[in-house]
Amino acid sequence: MRLLKNGEFASDDWTVLSEDDVLPLNGDVIVCFDRLMRDYAQLKAHDGRIAVSFPNDCAVEDLDDYLDILDKVVLTFPVFTDGRAYSQARQLRQQFAFEGEIQASGNVLPDQLAFMRQCGFDVFLVNGRFDAEQWQKAATSMTLTYQNGYLPERGFAPADVWKRREVKSNDQLRSDFEEVWTA
Amino acid sequence: MYRYDEFDHRFVRERTTQFRDQVTRRLSGELTEDEFKPLRLMNGVYLQLHAYMLRVAVPYGTLSAPQMRQLAMIAERYDRGYGHFTTRQNIQYNWPALKDLPDVLDHLAEVEMHAIQTSGNCIRNVTTDQWAGVAADEIADPRPICELLRQWSSLHPEFSFLPRKFKIAVTGAPQDRAAVAVHDIGLHMHRNADGEAGWEVLAGGGQGRTPMIAVTVRDWLPERELLPYLEAVMRVYNLHGRRDNKYKARIKILIHELGAEEFRRQVEEEFARAGTPEVEVEQRELARIAAYFAPPAYEDLQDVSTEFELAKNGNRDFANWAKINVAEHKAPGYAIVNISLKPVDGIPGDATTEEMNLVADLSERYSANEIRITHRQNLVLPYVRKRDLFAVWSALNDAGLAIANLGHLGDIIACPGMDYCALATARSIPIAQDISRKFADLKRQYDVGPLTINISGCINACGHHHVAHIGILGVDKKGKEFYQITLGGASDENASIGKILGPGFSGEEVPDAIEKIIETYIAIRGESETFLQTYRRVGADPFKEALYATA
Ligand code: SF4
Repeated sequence: MRLLKNGEFASDDWTVLSEDDVLPLNGDVIVCFDRLMRDYAQLKAHDGRIAVSFPNDCAVEDLDDYLDILDKVVLTFPVFTDGRAYSQARQLRQQFAFEGEIQASGNVLPDQLAFMRQCGFDVFLVNGRFDAEQWQKAATSMTLTYQNGYLPERGFAPADVWKRREVKSNDQLRSDFEEVWTA
Repeated sequence: MYRYDEFDHRFVRERTTQFRDQVTRRLSGELTEDEFKPLRLMNGVYLQLHAYMLRVAVPYGTLSAPQMRQLAMIAERYDRGYGHFTTRQNIQYNWPALKDLPDVLDHLAEVEMHAIQTSGNCIRNVTTDQWAGVAADEIADPRPICELLRQWSSLHPEFSFLPRKFKIAVTGAPQDRAAVAVHDIGLHMHRNADGEAGWEVLAGGGQGRTPMIAVTVRDWLPERELLPYLEAVMRVYNLHGRRDNKYKARIKILIHELGAEEFRRQVEEEFARAGTPEVEVEQRELARIAAYFAPPAYEDLQDVSTEFELAKNGNRDFANWAKINVAEHKAPGYAIVNISLKPVDGIPGDATTEEMNLVADLSERYSANEIRITHRQNLVLPYVRKRDLFAVWSALNDAGLAIANLGHLGDIIACPGMDYCALATARSIPIAQDISRKFADLKRQYDVGPLTINISGCINACGHHHVAHIGILGVDKKGKEFYQITLGGASDENASIGKILGPGFSGEEVPDAIEKIIETYIAIRGESETFLQTYRRVGADPFKEALYATA
């Protein structure tokens, strides 16, 4: 498995701790939600970055009290058709103003990358089946979006159609269209 | 009518190009059928009993004349010379070849149409009142909101992998002709105490194996808050809808299990937290869209047309058709023409290439270039001057399309059933044909009065049998087809789910069973009491007795 970030593979320096693993002196660690709640004070003092691995059937609002020490939230797609984590990511970004990383793990495929980015994911734990170019191509395959406010902040963002339209009249839009069409 | 701009155009083109590539890879064997399946489903391509089936979206059931001609051309060139209009206000082609599908999608894109999201666990094609913009009782034309919803729901990043498919219906009139109460979300326009038009938001209605009437989540919502509110509803469903059992995954089950009150509380909480950050952008987009739905330039006409009145006096068939198939229009001197696609012995909703072309011609000549598709599988010419009605009728009559049975016994809804559908447990088209033959006499139909008969070929209920006055459901019993009859369903503003009458009947017995039900009604009805009113007054007992009392 490799981490994909900003369209490139990045090194994965995170250590996943189980419930009872001893917290190392320093270094970046990923803990489960139960441990985050239990060891909050200890983790707060930890020398290194903290991430939580958060199940897709728990409410994001339960994370609210812990977000101040979190550098990353890892959300999961058990299968690609289980779309709950899209909403969790969206809530974290939009309603809880979480600015750390949101990582997608589980059944992460190129076809869904663009949607994930639009909902707020910016790091992806992926297997080696596809190369960086295939991921990049998938992430940029959609050049347009109609949904307001679903735009990734960093890198290759699709066009926000409704905002673009605002600067043009219907006649202008139509004649631009006809130009494209007859070209 | 809405016209694409460069963005809409590019959006559809990108998708078509993508699909062409996928079909090429499937045909070369690079993709297996299993890998291809989710990709083709996202583009409206199903694998049916005999062939692939393409379901084309007709957004909110509105078509222009050139679009209808293109559909006719596709039927001619890529199918067997006909298409099938469905209860989702869509059109399906039953016989296209896989290799041709990318070309078909290109032809659709040429006339600003597509097949995106006509299947899959996403938000499907939005449906509405077939008389939107012209109905005499309407508060406002619901189509601008429908178009906004079409765009908003197209490849929605958050809601493309829902627990199950999701259907939205919208109506802008007090009389609900869009069956909003049996949709995942229904939007019903009302005025509040200050006279401002806004939306009642209903959720959790549906048919299928667990039919339910929707509950009201919010009784009045200002229009500018609609999209953020819908996002809140969708998010609660996306997060909490069941994913462990396909048959319990629709939003109706979630609402049923949580209780309406708790569901409402969760939606309101989510809505309050998410807020309405970008509503101005949406409002401006809505205003931009609304400009496309400005009514045509109406002529200043007297409401009463002498030509029309004279023609009625001179021709009884025309007079009947005008009474049954023509509805009141909001503009004086105009009328709404409903074209029944339910001839005796016909296949409900089927139209041939010639028929589609004729309707396109008529709409060009008499109806401001516009055509509607109804969820009862009929067509509408929405802007006909009363003085032109006779000419329209004559042209339809010559083509066998002046069938004066709208809303009556012969106007039967039937799903494709065993003749095409891979999920079917029984035939439905032949049952509709048998009933239409038995009740071919129009005089008899008029005597019976307003009546809906809907037929589904399996429990999925695409034929809307649950909400028919008389519903017929085909089931499989030990390898034999059986038909259950339900009574008392309705899909209007007083929606109800029909109740099963008793043991089922074989296909051959169905027309006689319907006959007995009709006879019973006629014997016990009060003065000018419709079938539904009678049923609601007396209940099922007299009908049961007539059907099951041992002779
Ligand atoms: S009701 Fe059943 S048989 Fe009829 S179209 Fe739907 S799935 Fe097919």
